Amino acid sequence: MEQKTPLYDVHVAEGGKIVPFAGYLLPVQYPSGVIKEHMAVRQAAGLFDVSHMGEILFTGPTALDTLNHLLTNDFTDMPVGKVRYSVMCNDKGGVIDDLVIYKFGEEEYLAVVNAANRHKDYAHMAANVLPGTKAEDISDSVAQLALQGPAAPAILGKLVPEDNLPKKYYTAVRDVDVRGMKCMISRTGYTGELGYEIYTAPENAAELWKLLRETGEEFGLIPCGLGARDTLRLEAAMPLYGHEMDETVTPLEAGLSFGVKMGKADFIGKAALVEAGDPARVRVGLEITGRGIAREHQDVFIGEEKIGATTSGTHCPAVGKALAMALVNVAHSAPGTEVEVDIRGRRVSATIVPLPFYHR
Amino acid sequence: MSNIPADLRYTASHEWIKNENDLVVIGLTDFAQSSLGDIVFIELPEEGDAVTMGESFADVESVKAVSGVFSPVSGTVAAVNSALIDNPAMLNEDPYGAWLIKVSDVTETGELLDGAGYEAVCKSEEA
Repeated sequence: MEQKTPLYDVHVAEGGKIVPFAGYLLPVQYPSGVIKEHMAVRQAAGLFDVSHMGEILFTGPTALDTLNHLLTNDFTDMPVGKVRYSVMCNDKGGVIDDLVIYKFGEEEYLAVVNAANRHKDYAHMAANVLPGTKAEDISDSVAQLALQGPAAPAILGKLVPEDNLPKKYYTAVRDVDVRGMKCMISRTGYTGELGYEIYTAPENAAELWKLLRETGEEFGLIPCGLGARDTLRLEAAMPLYGHEMDETVTPLEAGLSFGVKMGKADFIGKAALVEAGDPARVRVGLEITGRGIAREHQDVFIGEEKIGATTSGTHCPAVGKALAMALVNVAHSAPGTEVEVDIRGRRVSATIVPLPFYHR
Repeated sequence: MSNIPADLRYTASHEWIKNENDLVVIGLTDFAQSSLGDIVFIELPEEGDAVTMGESFADVESVKAVSGVFSPVSGTVAAVNSALIDNPAMLNEDPYGAWLIKVSDVTETGELLDGAGYEAVCKSEEA
């Protein structure tokens, strides 16, 4: 049985079309539809319920060492208030999940993980924490709203003194008072657009949603569902777990080497990544030049040679093209390479293009 | 609740049908376009192609999903609404105006529903 987020009744009242996703009942779209929601985020602002995301708190004198052991990124020099992206690998170098880490203090960090992986992640983390670290799944006591789009700073600026807003990408400010509601405001997102993710207690979620909806109205803010979240992240070439990577794909293949610090003493999966050497396949962007829309899990060919397969694909509204990401043989991964995608038995021409497709 | 004109016939797979002189006109219902969401691509057959009762003759794609369109009749494609290729959003805006194909030389016709019968299908899928 799917869980409801604290905003379930709000979504129904807003006319959201509710679907099961990662164990939660969430709106795939509101009455505006995916294209209008997507464009609102590119041009004005959109509001998303992302309360399904999992949160795991790490505390204790060895919390830093635990994170450096569990995760591929290096957190050693991380300042308090910073956010850092990372991958968590299994001992074969495959991706268990991708996540972000917030540093709250020298002995306190928060991991935000994909909803679908929450229980798997926690089991892996709990089994591998070092003595002196406590890992605690606090997901059910955290609600999260994402306010995304160029108008996001102006909207929040009406509710919060500017000094209380995080100024830089991938930073966060805790204990911000938003009309009496205690929030953490993080300058992060999953849309390729400027914006914030706002964490608060579940009992505040409906009131915070209403406040942001009302404040955002004059700026063109509309509520956005999972459909737009997916088209936005794809257009920005942000990877999605279960698509661009999973336990059979390494972070280096998925193009996430920026979050893998091979110079670090050790981490789970490092030996396997070293042994595998340079990846034989890599993540690329595809622009569909023929007639059709590529979707996930479609084979990519040059002539009769299969060079890989798509991982995600759809029509991207702001770029106005059918786009896809694919894992392909590194020998055929150069931008400009002409390929074909097998779309349900029909070969459709496509070109490998640089990522991201969209840059604000 | 979606719009179900009483003067059309329907399939359980969400196509609408009407007779126009000797031709059978086929389109997608309001329920279908609403379920798909914003339609961004359509692949249509060509004039002269054969269509077969119960088989897919077109693909309709929204940002979220792809869906086949199933022919309620067997026959020959006599006309194609090629305006939809450049403007598939017409399927969302005017589902009962934006016909897909017209079929001639119909040799067999599958089970069709009237408006009330089709409304029952929609209600059962919404539940």
